[in-house]
Amino acid sequence: MSLRRIPISAWIGIILTLMFVFAAVFAPWVAPFPNTQIVGGVWEPSSSTHLLGTDNLGRDLLSRLIYGARTTILIAALATALSFSLGSILGFTAAVMGGWVDMVLSRFVDMLMAIPTLIFALVVLSVLPSTLVVLVCVMGVLDATRVYRLARAVAVDINVMDYVEAARLRGEGHLWVIFREILPNALTPLVAELGLRFIFQILLLSALSFLGLGIQPPEADWGSMVKENKDGIVFGVGAALLPAAAIALLAISVNLVADWILNRTTDLKGGRGG
Amino acid sequence: MRGAVAKLIAQRVGLGLLLLFAVSLLIFVGTQILPGDVAQSILGQTATPQALANLREKLGLNEPAYMRYLSWLGGVVTGDLGTSLTSGQNIAATIGPRLKNTLFLAGVAAIIAVPLAILLGLLAVRFRGRWPDKLISGATLASISLPEFFIGYLLIYFVAVKLGWFTSVSTVYDGMGFGARLNAVALPAATLTLVVLAHMMRMTRAAILNVMQSAYIETAELKGLSQFRVILRHAFPNAIAPIVNVVMLNLAYLVVGVVVVEVIFVYPGMGQFLVDHVAKRDVPVVQAAGLIFAAVFIGLNIVADVVSILANPRLRHPR
Repeated sequence: MSLRRIPISAWIGIILTLMFVFAAVFAPWVAPFPNTQIVGGVWEPSSSTHLLGTDNLGRDLLSRLIYGARTTILIAALATALSFSLGSILGFTAAVMGGWVDMVLSRFVDMLMAIPTLIFALVVLSVLPSTLVVLVCVMGVLDATRVYRLARAVAVDINVMDYVEAARLRGEGHLWVIFREILPNALTPLVAELGLRFIFQILLLSALSFLGLGIQPPEADWGSMVKENKDGIVFGVGAALLPAAAIALLAISVNLVADWILNRTTDLKGGRGG
Repeated sequence: MRGAVAKLIAQRVGLGLLLLFAVSLLIFVGTQILPGDVAQSILGQTATPQALANLREKLGLNEPAYMRYLSWLGGVVTGDLGTSLTSGQNIAATIGPRLKNTLFLAGVAAIIAVPLAILLGLLAVRFRGRWPDKLISGATLASISLPEFFIGYLLIYFVAVKLGWFTSVSTVYDGMGFGARLNAVALPAATLTLVVLAHMMRMTRAAILNVMQSAYIETAELKGLSQFRVILRHAFPNAIAPIVNVVMLNLAYLVVGVVVVEVIFVYPGMGQFLVDHVAKRDVPVVQAAGLIFAAVFIGLNIVADVVSILANPRLRHPR
């Protein structure tokens, strides 16, 4: 694969995504002001000291956005990692073991998917505290159902290949078949799905925080920043639109990259690519 | 044969009811048997032992979990959703008008979004590969990534605050005229439409394009029919089943999107009701609202299945 063959839209996506990640990782060095320090008046318009103005308590909005990127990206990434490991391992297991294991797991996943993710997350968060660990677990487990479906479908196809049969005949166990035969061959379609799941987690986390049930103050992610500043909209203060736009921009950037990877993998399979 | 179709439909509906039953169990388990004490998490760490004991008594926490589930399920089946912990009111009576409000909002959004999405999908196929198609595809890619509150607050900021065409808060009350009600839900309905439009249109386009590769489409083209006639008369009827599926899935998504949109516009519907009571940790209300949302979601999926059975001529006229 040469760098030249990457389309321009994918380049834009890659560069923007890397910028977001860079800002998140090096937040204390990039941000002009500390995260929670009050440095000005309430909802000041943008000026040379405060590039994007200040928020509902007089904190620097740009700095809050950069620190918010940290929380948003970290939690979404952890939840995606959890949903992928859980979903793909269970999906492969179901495909390899078959029989009642497959039956029980698949019916359970069907049941979980019958409830919309946001609604079920709200139901569970009504009794659990909104801590970081709880959020990652709830988001990860609920999203693992989607990964499970994909992983199982891919693994069922691979499971009937001759090389898997050969591995079985020489006496390898289920663990070997799952991790050494199926995983390497199922990786490409799963990686293509990774970006889409990550976007979904970002949108879910933002929605939860916006509803006041995600990240709790004084910590802030982009969703809770929208919530903090939403009252300004009525007075013509657009502060709440900025974190919302940041979510949209990050989601679009990742989508552009994911789209390109998805097209690449369908090309590899000889699909029509349309 | 009519019997075969009826049997298939009965099977789907039965399966849906079974699923709904399983979901009620899941919602109950999700709120009751999680690690930790429900009474403790409702009242917080500072609660006195006496208050905890009282609440446990009130919630029936001293009984075994399966007994509580059975009595809850028995109540739900007979239309009794229990009483709210925070207000002490009957939940079924409070939820009724809110459910109506939500269905009205979702209905208005659906009436705008569905025909528009199908029309745009047809246009994208008619001009596939040319600029209208590319424009529509690009716009959908962008709008799939936009969170509901971004669209909602953009509309409030520009249409309500800057232009002053609508109010930023959608107040509805009893005895409000139909026109006034429609005016109140204009912005939230527009937001919901924008949220589901893109996805619905993209899938409509994919469904029709899939049919367009069949041999009979080539025949119709070679007969010299106009492009639009080929799409409308030959491709569209065969794409109805997948399109209806897409529409139903998106309506189900609309019902979920309603939660966030209602909070943005302070609209007194089910979504805001649910969110308020999650924050108050009012478990009986959360269970009831969660179950209703899940029931609507499952119901729409059943309708999608049934319509695709009915739209399939092979099932309607078996050899």
